[in-house]
Amino acid sequence: MNSEAPEMTLAAVRVPVWRAMAAIIRRDLRASLRQRQDLLNPLLFFFMVVTLFPLGVSPEVSFLQQAGTGILWVAALLSTLLSLDHLFRHDFDDGTLEQMMLQPQPLFLLVLAKSLAHWLLTGLPLVMLAPVLGIMLHLDGNSIGILCLTLLIGTPVLSLIGAIGAALTLGLRAGGVLLSLLIIPLYIPVLIFGTGTVAAASNGAPVGGYLALMMAFLVLAVTLAPFASAAALKISLSNS
Amino acid sequence: MAFDSISAFIVMGGHGPYVWTCYAVFVLALLGLGVWSRRQRNTVLRTQKRQMDLEQNGRVTDKPAPASFTRIHPS
Amino acid sequence: MWQFIRQLFHKFGSPKWFYGIASKMMPWLLAIGLILLLAGLVWGLAFAPAERLQGNSYRIIFIHVPSAFLAQSIYIMMAVAAVVTLVWRMKLADLFVRAVAPVGAVLTFLALFTGAVWGKPTWGTWWVWDARLTSMLILLFLYFGVIVLMSAIADEKSSARGVAVLVLVGVVNIPIIKYSVEWWNTLHQPATFKLTEKPSMAPEMWVPLLFAVLGLYLLFGWLACLRMQTEILKRERRTRWVRDLAAAGGN
Repeated sequence: MNSEAPEMTLAAVRVPVWRAMAAIIRRDLRASLRQRQDLLNPLLFFFMVVTLFPLGVSPEVSFLQQAGTGILWVAALLSTLLSLDHLFRHDFDDGTLEQMMLQPQPLFLLVLAKSLAHWLLTGLPLVMLAPVLGIMLHLDGNSIGILCLTLLIGTPVLSLIGAIGAALTLGLRAGGVLLSLLIIPLYIPVLIFGTGTVAAASNGAPVGGYLALMMAFLVLAVTLAPFASAAALKISLSNS
Repeated sequence: MAFDSISAFIVMGGHGPYVWTCYAVFVLALLGLGVWSRRQRNTVLRTQKRQMDLEQNGRVTDKPAPASFTRIHPS
Repeated sequence: MWQFIRQLFHKFGSPKWFYGIASKMMPWLLAIGLILLLAGLVWGLAFAPAERLQGNSYRIIFIHVPSAFLAQSIYIMMAVAAVVTLVWRMKLADLFVRAVAPVGAVLTFLALFTGAVWGKPTWGTWWVWDARLTSMLILLFLYFGVIVLMSAIADEKSSARGVAVLVLVGVVNIPIIKYSVEWWNTLHQPATFKLTEKPSMAPEMWVPLLFAVLGLYLLFGWLACLRMQTEILKRERRTRWVRDLAAAGGN
Protein backbone atom coordinates (compact mmCIF):
# COMPACT_ATOMS: atom_id res chain seq x y z
CA MET A 1 0.00 0.00 0.00
CA ASN A 2 2.86 2.32 0.79
CA SER A 3 4.39 1.97 -2.64
CA GLU A 4 1.53 3.94 -4.18
CA ALA A 5 2.14 6.81 -1.82
CA PRO A 6 3.53 9.31 -4.37
CA GLU A 7 0.19 9.67 -6.21
CA MET A 8 -1.55 10.35 -2.95
CA THR A 9 0.76 12.94 -1.49
CA LEU A 10 -1.12 15.69 -3.24
CA ALA A 11 -4.28 14.81 -1.33
CA ALA A 12 -2.31 14.38 1.85
CA VAL A 13 -0.94 17.87 1.55
CA ARG A 14 -4.35 19.24 0.92
CA VAL A 15 -6.04 17.55 3.91
CA PRO A 16 -3.99 17.54 7.09
CA VAL A 17 -4.52 14.68 9.51
CA TRP A 18 -6.24 16.68 12.18
CA ARG A 19 -8.74 18.01 9.70
CA ALA A 20 -9.52 14.50 8.48
CA MET A 21 -10.03 13.40 12.07
CA ALA A 22 -12.28 16.35 12.78
CA ALA A 23 -14.27 15.56 9.66
CA ILE A 24 -14.80 11.99 10.82
CA ILE A 25 -15.89 13.09 14.26
CA ARG A 26 -18.24 15.68 12.82
CA ARG A 27 -19.68 13.18 10.39
CA ASP A 28 -20.25 10.53 13.07
CA LEU A 29 -21.88 13.02 15.37
CA ARG A 30 -24.15 14.31 12.67
CA ALA A 31 -25.08 10.82 11.49
CA SER A 32 -26.10 9.66 14.93
CA LEU A 33 -27.91 12.89 15.73
CA ARG A 34 -30.08 12.13 12.72
CA GLN A 35 -30.62 8.55 13.89
CA ARG A 36 -31.42 9.29 17.48
CA GLN A 37 -32.11 5.65 18.22
CA ASP A 38 -28.44 4.73 18.44
CA LEU A 39 -27.83 7.65 20.71
CA LEU A 40 -30.68 6.91 23.08
CA ASN A 41 -30.58 3.13 23.31
CA PRO A 42 -27.43 2.78 25.42
CA LEU A 43 -28.71 5.46 27.78
CA LEU A 44 -32.06 3.76 28.23
CA PHE A 45 -30.29 0.47 28.73
CA PHE A 46 -28.06 2.07 31.35
CA PHE A 47 -31.09 3.42 33.18
CA MET A 48 -32.97 0.14 33.07
CA VAL A 49 -30.08 -2.03 34.22
CA VAL A 50 -29.52 0.26 37.19
CA THR A 51 -33.22 0.03 38.03
CA LEU A 52 -33.03 -3.74 38.09
CA PHE A 53 -30.74 -3.81 41.11
CA PRO A 54 -33.00 -2.22 43.73
CA LEU A 55 -35.84 -4.34 42.35
CA GLY A 56 -33.85 -7.54 42.14
CA VAL A 57 -31.65 -7.35 45.20
CA SER A 58 -32.82 -4.84 47.76
CA PRO A 59 -34.02 -1.23 47.90
CA GLU A 60 -32.44 -0.75 51.34
CA VAL A 61 -30.43 2.41 51.64
CA SER A 62 -27.43 0.68 53.22
CA PHE A 63 -27.16 -1.87 50.43
CA LEU A 64 -27.58 0.70 47.68
CA GLN A 65 -25.02 3.00 49.25
CA GLN A 66 -22.52 0.22 49.38
CA ALA A 67 -23.18 -1.34 45.99
CA GLY A 68 -24.21 1.81 44.11
CA THR A 69 -20.85 2.61 42.55
CA GLY A 70 -20.37 -0.94 41.41
CA ILE A 71 -23.85 -1.06 39.91
CA LEU A 72 -23.36 2.18 38.03
CA TRP A 73 -19.97 1.17 36.75
CA VAL A 74 -21.10 -2.28 35.62
CA ALA A 75 -24.17 -0.81 33.95
CA ALA A 76 -22.07 1.82 32.17
CA LEU A 77 -19.67 -0.90 31.04
CA LEU A 78 -22.49 -3.06 29.70
CA SER A 79 -24.18 -0.26 27.82
CA THR A 80 -20.88 0.75 26.25
CA LEU A 81 -20.46 -2.87 25.23
CA LEU A 82 -23.92 -2.84 23.71
CA SER A 83 -23.21 0.21 21.62
CA LEU A 84 -19.86 -1.03 20.31
CA ASP A 85 -21.40 -3.23 17.68
CA HIS A 86 -22.46 -0.14 15.75
CA LEU A 87 -19.06 1.48 15.93
CA PHE A 88 -17.85 0.28 12.55
CA ARG A 89 -20.91 -1.60 11.34
CA HIS A 90 -22.62 1.18 9.36
CA ASP A 91 -19.38 2.30 7.75
CA PHE A 92 -18.58 -1.30 6.96
CA ASP A 93 -21.94 -1.91 5.33
CA ASP A 94 -21.92 1.15 3.09
CA GLY A 95 -18.25 0.92 2.14
CA THR A 96 -17.09 4.05 3.93
CA LEU A 97 -14.59 2.01 5.86
CA GLU A 98 -12.83 0.87 2.71
CA GLN A 99 -12.60 4.44 1.56
CA MET A 100 -11.16 5.34 4.92
CA MET A 101 -8.47 2.72 4.56
CA LEU A 102 -7.47 4.17 1.22
CA GLN A 103 -6.97 7.63 2.68
CA PRO A 104 -3.43 8.95 2.80
CA GLN A 105 -3.86 9.75 6.49
CA PRO A 106 -2.72 6.96 8.79
CA LEU A 107 -5.59 4.63 9.62
CA PHE A 108 -4.92 4.50 13.34
CA LEU A 109 -5.54 8.23 13.67
CA LEU A 110 -8.82 7.90 11.82
CA VAL A 111 -9.73 5.02 14.12
CA LEU A 112 -8.83 7.20 17.08
CA ALA A 113 -11.21 9.82 15.74
CA LYS A 114 -13.95 7.23 15.42
CA SER A 115 -13.37 6.03 18.98
CA LEU A 116 -13.50 9.58 20.19
CA ALA A 117 -16.77 10.14 18.37
CA HIS A 118 -18.11 6.95 19.93
CA TRP A 119 -17.16 8.21 23.35
CA LEU A 120 -18.81 11.57 22.74
CA LEU A 121 -21.98 9.78 21.72
CA THR A 122 -22.18 7.09 24.42
CA GLY A 123 -19.60 7.64 27.16
CA LEU A 124 -20.23 11.31 27.74
CA PRO A 125 -24.05 11.00 28.00
CA LEU A 126 -23.53 8.13 30.44
CA VAL A 127 -21.32 10.31 32.60
CA MET A 128 -23.94 13.04 32.53
CA LEU A 129 -26.72 10.65 33.45
CA ALA A 130 -24.71 9.05 36.27
CA PRO A 131 -25.32 11.74 38.94
CA VAL A 132 -29.09 11.35 38.60
CA LEU A 133 -28.87 7.61 39.06
CA GLY A 134 -26.34 8.14 41.85
CA ILE A 135 -28.90 10.18 43.76
CA MET A 136 -31.50 7.48 43.18
CA LEU A 137 -29.07 4.95 44.66
CA HIS A 138 -28.55 7.17 47.73
CA LEU A 139 -24.89 7.84 47.07
CA ASP A 140 -23.54 10.87 48.90
CA GLY A 141 -22.36 13.96 47.08
CA ASN A 142 -18.67 13.28 47.42
CA SER A 143 -19.03 9.75 46.06
CA ILE A 144 -21.08 10.97 43.12
CA GLY A 145 -18.44 13.54 42.29
CA ILE A 146 -15.62 11.00 42.36
CA LEU A 147 -17.78 8.49 40.50
CA CYS A 148 -18.38 10.95 37.68
CA LEU A 149 -14.70 11.75 37.57
CA THR A 150 -13.76 8.06 37.29
CA LEU A 151 -16.42 7.53 34.64
CA LEU A 152 -15.13 10.55 32.77
CA ILE A 153 -11.65 9.08 32.70
CA GLY A 154 -12.74 5.46 32.37
CA THR A 155 -15.36 5.52 29.62
CA PRO A 156 -12.94 6.71 26.90
CA VAL A 157 -10.78 3.72 27.80
CA LEU A 158 -13.83 1.51 27.34
CA SER A 159 -14.51 3.02 23.91
CA LEU A 160 -10.88 2.68 22.83
CA ILE A 161 -10.48 -0.93 23.94
CA GLY A 162 -13.92 -1.76 22.64
CA ALA A 163 -12.94 -0.49 19.21
CA ILE A 164 -10.39 -3.30 19.00
CA GLY A 165 -13.07 -5.89 19.61
CA ALA A 166 -15.48 -4.20 17.24
CA ALA A 167 -12.83 -4.20 14.53
CA LEU A 168 -11.93 -7.84 15.12
CA THR A 169 -15.51 -9.08 14.98
CA LEU A 170 -16.52 -6.90 12.05
CA GLY A 171 -18.50 -8.86 9.49
CA LEU A 172 -18.73 -12.00 11.61
CA ARG A 173 -22.10 -13.59 12.08
CA ALA A 174 -22.18 -13.84 15.88
CA GLY A 175 -20.52 -10.44 16.14
CA GLY A 176 -22.33 -8.98 19.14
CA VAL A 177 -21.94 -11.78 21.65
CA LEU A 178 -18.47 -12.58 20.42
CA LEU A 179 -17.46 -8.97 20.91
CA SER A 180 -18.56 -9.10 24.55
CA LEU A 181 -16.64 -12.30 25.16
CA LEU A 182 -13.45 -10.82 23.76
CA ILE A 183 -13.71 -7.46 25.44
CA ILE A 184 -15.06 -8.06 28.94
CA PRO A 185 -11.79 -9.51 30.32
CA LEU A 186 -9.96 -6.47 29.01
CA TYR A 187 -12.40 -4.14 30.78
CA ILE A 188 -11.75 -5.59 34.20
CA PRO A 189 -8.83 -3.34 35.24
CA VAL A 190 -10.80 -0.19 34.38
CA LEU A 191 -13.78 -1.47 36.34
CA ILE A 192 -11.63 -2.34 39.34
CA PHE A 193 -9.96 1.04 39.47
CA GLY A 194 -13.15 2.92 38.70
CA THR A 195 -15.06 1.42 41.60
CA GLY A 196 -12.02 1.12 43.84
CA THR A 197 -11.29 4.81 43.61
CA VAL A 198 -14.79 5.69 44.77
CA ALA A 199 -14.57 3.14 47.57
CA ALA A 200 -11.27 4.62 48.69
CA ALA A 201 -12.77 8.10 48.58
CA SER A 202 -15.72 7.08 50.75
CA ASN A 203 -13.23 5.62 53.25
CA GLY A 204 -11.61 9.02 53.40
CA ALA A 205 -8.42 8.03 51.64
CA PRO A 206 -6.78 10.45 49.18
CA VAL A 207 -7.71 9.49 45.63
CA GLY A 208 -5.27 11.59 43.62
CA GLY A 209 -2.97 8.64 43.08
CA TYR A 210 -5.74 6.39 41.86
CA LEU A 211 -7.05 9.01 39.50
CA ALA A 212 -3.54 9.46 38.16
CA LEU A 213 -3.36 5.73 37.59
CA MET A 214 -6.62 5.81 35.68
CA MET A 215 -5.23 8.65 33.62
CA ALA A 216 -2.25 6.41 32.91
CA PHE A 217 -4.69 3.75 31.65
CA LEU A 218 -6.26 6.35 29.43
CA VAL A 219 -2.93 7.48 28.04
CA LEU A 220 -1.92 3.88 27.44
CA ALA A 221 -5.22 3.16 25.70
CA VAL A 222 -4.99 6.27 23.53
CA THR A 223 -1.49 5.41 22.41
CA LEU A 224 -1.84 1.66 21.90
CA ALA A 225 -5.46 0.74 21.22
CA PRO A 226 -5.83 2.62 17.89
CA PHE A 227 -2.90 0.66 16.46
CA ALA A 228 -4.52 -2.63 17.40
CA SER A 229 -7.90 -1.49 16.08
CA ALA A 230 -6.39 -0.33 12.81
CA ALA A 231 -4.56 -3.64 12.39
CA ALA A 232 -7.75 -5.53 13.18
CA LEU A 233 -9.74 -3.41 10.71
CA LYS A 234 -7.27 -4.12 7.95
CA ILE A 235 -7.53 -7.83 8.70
CA SER A 236 -11.31 -7.81 8.81
CA LEU A 237 -11.59 -5.90 5.57
CA SER A 238 -9.03 -7.95 3.70
CA ASN A 239 -11.28 -11.00 3.46
CA SER A 240 -14.64 -9.42 2.85
CA MET B 1 7.82 -42.51 52.87
CA ALA B 2 6.05 -39.79 54.83
CA PHE B 3 3.25 -42.13 55.86
CA ASP B 4 3.20 -45.08 58.22
CA SER B 5 0.84 -47.27 56.25
CA ILE B 6 -1.06 -47.47 52.98
CA SER B 7 -4.31 -46.51 54.67
CA ALA B 8 -2.68 -43.44 56.20
CA PHE B 9 -1.42 -42.59 52.71
CA ILE B 10 -4.95 -42.78 51.32
CA VAL B 11 -6.62 -40.90 54.19
CA MET B 12 -3.86 -38.23 54.27
CA GLY B 13 -4.82 -37.06 57.72
CA GLY B 14 -8.35 -36.20 56.67
CA HIS B 15 -7.34 -34.35 53.53
CA GLY B 16 -7.48 -37.44 51.34
CA PRO B 17 -10.65 -36.61 49.38
CA TYR B 18 -9.34 -33.16 48.39
CA VAL B 19 -5.90 -34.34 47.40
CA TRP B 20 -7.11 -37.37 45.50
CA THR B 21 -9.86 -35.49 43.66
CA CYS B 22 -7.30 -32.98 42.46
CA TYR B 23 -4.90 -35.63 41.29
CA ALA B 24 -7.65 -37.63 39.62
CA VAL B 25 -8.98 -34.61 37.72
CA PHE B 26 -5.46 -33.59 36.74
CA VAL B 27 -4.55 -37.02 35.39
CA LEU B 28 -7.89 -37.45 33.64
CA ALA B 29 -7.73 -34.02 32.00
CA LEU B 30 -4.19 -34.56 30.73
CA LEU B 31 -4.99 -38.07 29.58
CA GLY B 32 -8.11 -36.84 27.84
CA LEU B 33 -6.19 -34.07 26.14
CA GLY B 34 -3.55 -36.50 24.92
CA VAL B 35 -5.99 -39.11 23.66
CA TRP B 36 -8.24 -36.52 22.05
CA SER B 37 -5.32 -34.83 20.26
CA ARG B 38 -3.97 -38.16 19.02
CA ARG B 39 -7.34 -39.25 17.76
CA GLN B 40 -7.80 -35.95 15.96
CA ARG B 41 -4.57 -36.39 14.06
CA ASN B 42 -5.35 -39.96 13.14
CA THR B 43 -8.83 -38.97 12.00
CA VAL B 44 -7.42 -36.37 9.66
CA LEU B 45 -5.07 -38.93 8.17
CA ARG B 46 -7.80 -41.53 7.85
CA THR B 47 -10.30 -39.22 6.16
CA GLN B 48 -7.58 -38.15 3.76
CA LYS B 49 -6.86 -41.76 2.93
CA ARG B 50 -10.52 -42.51 2.41
CA GLN B 51 -10.83 -39.51 0.15
CA MET B 52 -7.87 -40.65 -1.87
CA ASP B 53 -9.30 -44.15 -2.17
CA LEU B 54 -12.55 -42.70 -3.37
CA GLU B 55 -10.75 -40.54 -5.89
CA GLN B 56 -8.75 -43.48 -7.13
CA ASN B 57 -11.80 -45.67 -7.50
CA GLY B 58 -13.57 -42.79 -9.15
CA ARG B 59 -10.79 -42.38 -11.64
CA VAL B 60 -10.90 -46.07 -12.50
CA THR B 61 -14.58 -45.86 -13.38
CA ASP B 62 -14.16 -42.47 -14.97
CA LYS B 63 -12.77 -43.92 -18.22
CA PRO B 64 -14.30 -42.49 -21.36
CA ALA B 65 -17.64 -44.22 -21.52
CA PRO B 66 -18.51 -46.27 -24.56
CA ALA B 67 -20.17 -44.27 -27.28
CA SER B 68 -23.75 -43.56 -26.56
CA PHE B 69 -26.51 -41.52 -28.05
CA THR B 70 -26.52 -38.97 -25.25
CA ARG B 71 -22.85 -38.15 -25.36
CA ILE B 72 -21.71 -35.78 -28.04
CA HIS B 73 -18.07 -35.38 -29.03
CA PRO B 74 -17.76 -32.41 -31.31
CA SER B 75 -14.66 -32.21 -33.55
CA MET C 1 26.04 -16.59 9.21
CA TRP C 2 23.17 -14.48 7.90
CA GLN C 3 22.66 -16.99 5.13
CA PHE C 4 22.46 -19.78 7.68
CA ILE C 5 19.86 -17.93 9.74
CA ARG C 6 17.83 -17.30 6.65
CA GLN C 7 17.98 -20.93 5.70
CA LEU C 8 16.87 -21.93 9.17
CA PHE C 9 14.07 -19.42 8.95
CA HIS C 10 12.85 -20.87 5.68
CA LYS C 11 13.05 -24.33 7.14
CA PHE C 12 10.94 -23.24 10.06
CA GLY C 13 8.48 -21.91 7.56
CA SER C 14 8.12 -25.33 6.02
CA PRO C 15 5.36 -27.37 7.62
CA LYS C 16 6.67 -30.55 6.07
CA TRP C 17 10.06 -30.12 7.68
CA PHE C 18 8.45 -29.41 11.02
CA TYR C 19 6.23 -32.46 10.74
CA GLY C 20 9.29 -34.68 10.39
CA ILE C 21 11.21 -33.05 13.22
CA ALA C 22 8.17 -33.22 15.48
CA SER C 23 7.71 -36.91 14.74
CA LYS C 24 11.31 -37.51 15.76
CA MET C 25 11.11 -35.50 18.97
CA MET C 26 7.73 -36.61 20.20
CA PRO C 27 8.60 -40.02 21.67
CA TRP C 28 11.41 -38.42 23.69
CA LEU C 29 9.27 -35.58 24.93
CA LEU C 30 6.52 -37.99 25.94
CA ALA C 31 8.81 -40.47 27.67
CA ILE C 32 10.99 -38.02 29.58
CA GLY C 33 8.03 -35.82 30.41
CA LEU C 34 6.03 -38.71 31.79
CA ILE C 35 8.96 -40.01 33.83
CA LEU C 36 9.70 -36.60 35.34
CA LEU C 37 6.08 -35.82 36.06
CA LEU C 38 5.43 -39.22 37.61
CA ALA C 39 8.58 -38.99 39.68
CA GLY C 40 7.65 -35.54 40.90
CA LEU C 41 4.09 -36.52 41.73
CA VAL C 42 4.94 -39.78 43.49
CA TRP C 43 7.69 -38.07 45.43
CA GLY C 44 5.39 -35.24 46.34
CA LEU C 45 2.47 -37.46 47.26
CA ALA C 46 4.21 -40.14 49.24
CA PHE C 47 7.66 -39.04 50.29
CA ALA C 48 7.70 -35.30 50.83
CA PRO C 49 7.08 -34.38 54.46
CA ALA C 50 3.75 -32.90 55.48
CA GLU C 51 3.58 -29.13 55.73
CA ARG C 52 3.57 -27.57 59.16
CA LEU C 53 0.42 -25.49 58.85
CA GLN C 54 -1.65 -27.14 56.16
CA GLY C 55 -0.88 -30.78 56.81
CA ASN C 56 -1.29 -33.01 53.82
CA SER C 57 -3.61 -30.82 51.79
CA TYR C 58 -0.58 -28.87 50.59
CA ARG C 59 0.32 -31.86 48.40
CA ILE C 60 -2.03 -30.35 45.83
CA ILE C 61 0.77 -27.88 45.20
CA PHE C 62 2.57 -30.45 43.07
CA ILE C 63 -0.13 -30.19 40.44
CA HIS C 64 -1.49 -26.73 41.17
CA VAL C 65 1.74 -24.84 40.66
CA PRO C 66 2.86 -26.66 37.50
CA SER C 67 -0.58 -26.11 35.94
CA ALA C 68 -0.66 -22.45 36.87
CA PHE C 69 2.92 -21.95 35.73
CA LEU C 70 2.30 -23.55 32.40
CA ALA C 71 -1.05 -21.86 31.89
CA GLN C 72 0.67 -18.49 32.12
CA SER C 73 3.71 -19.34 30.08
CA ILE C 74 1.59 -20.84 27.31
CA TYR C 75 -0.10 -17.48 26.89
CA ILE C 76 3.29 -15.79 26.72
CA MET C 77 4.45 -18.30 24.14
CA MET C 78 1.29 -17.65 22.15
CA ALA C 79 2.06 -13.94 22.26
CA VAL C 80 5.56 -14.54 20.89
CA ALA C 81 4.07 -16.68 18.15
CA ALA C 82 1.52 -13.94 17.47
CA VAL C 83 4.31 -11.42 16.89
CA VAL C 84 5.95 -13.84 14.48
CA THR C 85 2.62 -14.32 12.70
CA LEU C 86 2.05 -10.60 12.29
CA VAL C 87 5.59 -9.59 11.39
CA TRP C 88 6.87 -12.48 9.29
CA ARG C 89 3.57 -14.14 8.39
CA MET C 90 5.03 -17.48 9.32
CA LYS C 91 2.45 -20.23 9.02
CA LEU C 92 3.91 -22.40 11.75
CA ALA C 93 3.54 -19.66 14.35
CA ASP C 94 -0.16 -19.40 13.65
CA LEU C 95 -0.47 -23.17 13.77
CA PHE C 96 1.20 -23.09 17.17
CA VAL C 97 -1.30 -20.58 18.55
CA ARG C 98 -4.17 -22.59 17.15
CA ALA C 99 -2.87 -25.89 18.47
CA VAL C 100 -1.94 -24.67 21.90
CA ALA C 101 -4.83 -22.42 22.94
CA PRO C 102 -7.12 -25.28 24.05
CA VAL C 103 -4.25 -26.83 25.99
CA GLY C 104 -3.70 -23.54 27.76
CA ALA C 105 -7.39 -23.31 28.59
CA VAL C 106 -7.41 -26.82 30.06
CA LEU C 107 -4.35 -26.10 32.18
CA THR C 108 -5.84 -22.83 33.41
CA PHE C 109 -8.98 -24.70 34.33
CA LEU C 110 -6.87 -27.29 36.19
CA ALA C 111 -5.06 -24.57 38.10
CA LEU C 112 -8.41 -23.05 39.07
CA PHE C 113 -9.95 -26.36 39.99
CA THR C 114 -7.04 -27.51 42.13
CA GLY C 115 -6.87 -24.07 43.70
CA ALA C 116 -10.55 -24.24 44.60
CA VAL C 117 -10.33 -27.74 46.04
CA TRP C 118 -7.21 -26.73 47.94
CA GLY C 119 -9.10 -23.76 49.32
CA LYS C 120 -11.72 -25.97 50.95
CA PRO C 121 -9.47 -27.45 53.69
CA THR C 122 -7.33 -24.30 53.96
CA TRP C 123 -9.90 -21.50 53.91
CA GLY C 124 -13.04 -23.49 54.59
CA THR C 125 -14.75 -22.53 51.33
CA TRP C 126 -14.50 -23.74 47.78
CA TRP C 127 -13.98 -20.36 46.30
CA VAL C 128 -12.25 -17.33 47.68
CA TRP C 129 -11.86 -14.18 45.63
CA ASP C 130 -8.16 -14.42 46.15
CA ALA C 131 -5.94 -12.34 43.87
CA ARG C 132 -4.26 -15.30 42.25
CA LEU C 133 -7.41 -17.32 41.69
CA THR C 134 -9.20 -14.30 40.27
CA SER C 135 -6.47 -13.39 37.84
CA MET C 136 -6.34 -17.05 36.80
CA LEU C 137 -10.07 -16.88 36.11
CA ILE C 138 -9.56 -13.83 33.92
CA LEU C 139 -6.77 -15.65 32.12
CA LEU C 140 -9.26 -18.43 31.43
CA PHE C 141 -11.62 -15.84 29.93
CA LEU C 142 -8.81 -14.59 27.73
CA TYR C 143 -8.16 -18.13 26.51
CA PHE C 144 -11.87 -18.58 25.79
CA GLY C 145 -11.88 -15.37 23.79
CA VAL C 146 -8.96 -16.58 21.67
CA ILE C 147 -10.57 -19.98 21.09
CA VAL C 148 -13.93 -18.47 20.19
CA LEU C 149 -12.45 -15.95 17.78
CA MET C 150 -10.34 -18.68 16.23
CA SER C 151 -13.39 -20.69 15.29
CA ALA C 152 -15.50 -17.67 14.34
CA ILE C 153 -13.34 -16.37 11.48
CA ALA C 154 -13.60 -18.77 8.58
CA ASP C 155 -10.91 -17.32 6.34
CA GLU C 156 -7.57 -18.91 7.13
CA LYS C 157 -5.35 -15.90 6.72
CA SER C 158 -7.49 -13.32 8.44
CA SER C 159 -8.24 -15.78 11.23
CA ALA C 160 -4.52 -16.19 11.84
CA ARG C 161 -3.88 -12.46 11.96
CA GLY C 162 -7.01 -11.54 13.87
CA VAL C 163 -6.24 -14.08 16.56
CA ALA C 164 -2.68 -12.79 16.71
CA VAL C 165 -3.92 -9.25 17.32
CA LEU C 166 -6.23 -10.45 20.06
CA VAL C 167 -3.48 -12.47 21.75
CA LEU C 168 -1.17 -9.46 21.71
CA VAL C 169 -3.83 -7.16 23.13
CA GLY C 170 -4.39 -9.77 25.84
CA VAL C 171 -0.73 -10.07 26.68
CA VAL C 172 -0.39 -6.31 27.05
CA ASN C 173 -3.33 -6.46 29.43
CA ILE C 174 -2.16 -9.37 31.56
CA PRO C 175 0.24 -7.38 33.76
CA ILE C 176 -2.35 -4.63 34.15
CA ILE C 177 -5.02 -7.16 35.09
CA LYS C 178 -2.69 -8.84 37.54
CA TYR C 179 -1.72 -5.60 39.17
CA SER C 180 -5.25 -4.28 39.42
CA VAL C 181 -6.63 -7.55 40.78
CA GLU C 182 -3.96 -7.56 43.46
CA TRP C 183 -4.79 -3.99 44.38
CA TRP C 184 -8.49 -4.80 44.43
CA ASN C 185 -7.80 -7.74 46.71
CA THR C 186 -5.94 -5.68 49.29
CA LEU C 187 -8.72 -3.12 49.14
CA HIS C 188 -11.46 -5.60 49.94
CA GLN C 189 -9.89 -8.27 52.09
CA PRO C 190 -6.39 -8.07 53.47
CA ALA C 191 -4.64 -11.29 52.56
CA THR C 192 -4.45 -13.41 55.67
CA PHE C 193 -3.10 -16.69 54.45
CA LYS C 194 -1.61 -17.30 51.05
CA LEU C 195 -1.31 -20.55 49.23
CA THR C 196 2.20 -21.48 48.15
CA GLU C 197 4.32 -19.45 50.47
CA LYS C 198 7.83 -19.59 49.20
CA PRO C 199 10.10 -19.18 52.20
CA SER C 200 8.64 -22.14 54.07
CA MET C 201 9.43 -24.55 51.26
CA ALA C 202 11.99 -27.13 52.24
CA PRO C 203 14.15 -28.74 49.55
CA GLU C 204 12.22 -32.00 49.98
CA MET C 205 9.22 -30.01 48.82
CA TRP C 206 10.50 -27.89 46.00
CA VAL C 207 12.66 -30.49 44.29
CA PRO C 208 9.67 -32.72 43.46
CA LEU C 209 7.82 -29.57 42.48
CA LEU C 210 10.58 -28.71 40.06
CA PHE C 211 10.38 -32.23 38.63
CA ALA C 212 6.66 -31.90 38.13
CA VAL C 213 7.01 -28.50 36.44
CA LEU C 214 9.71 -29.76 34.07
CA GLY C 215 7.75 -32.91 33.33
CA LEU C 216 4.62 -30.98 32.54
CA TYR C 217 6.60 -28.66 30.28
CA LEU C 218 7.89 -31.59 28.28
CA LEU C 219 4.44 -33.13 28.11
CA PHE C 220 3.16 -29.81 26.87
CA GLY C 221 5.86 -29.92 24.20
CA TRP C 222 4.60 -33.32 23.13
CA LEU C 223 1.00 -32.13 23.04
CA ALA C 224 1.96 -29.03 21.09
CA CYS C 225 3.85 -31.10 18.50
CA LEU C 226 0.98 -33.54 18.17
CA ARG C 227 -1.67 -30.86 17.79
CA MET C 228 0.46 -28.85 15.39
CA GLN C 229 0.87 -31.96 13.28
CA THR C 230 -2.91 -32.25 13.17
CA GLU C 231 -3.24 -28.65 12.05
CA ILE C 232 -0.52 -29.11 9.43
CA LEU C 233 -2.26 -32.18 8.06
CA LYS C 234 -5.55 -30.30 7.85
CA ARG C 235 -3.98 -27.37 6.03
CA GLU C 236 -1.73 -29.29 3.68
CA ARG C 237 -4.32 -31.95 2.91
CA ARG C 238 -3.89 -31.59 -0.81
CA THR C 239 -0.11 -31.60 -0.99
CA ARG C 240 1.85 -34.54 -2.27
CA TRP C 241 3.64 -35.37 0.97
CA VAL C 242 0.49 -35.51 3.06
CA ARG C 243 -1.14 -37.76 0.49
CA ASP C 244 1.86 -40.04 0.58
CA LEU C 245 1.74 -40.00 4.36
CA ALA C 246 -1.94 -40.83 4.43
CA ALA C 247 -1.43 -43.62 1.93
CA ALA C 248 1.29 -45.06 4.17
CA GLY C 249 -1.08 -45.00 7.12
CA GLY C 250 0.53 -42.13 9.00
CA ASN C 251 4.08 -43.39 9.28
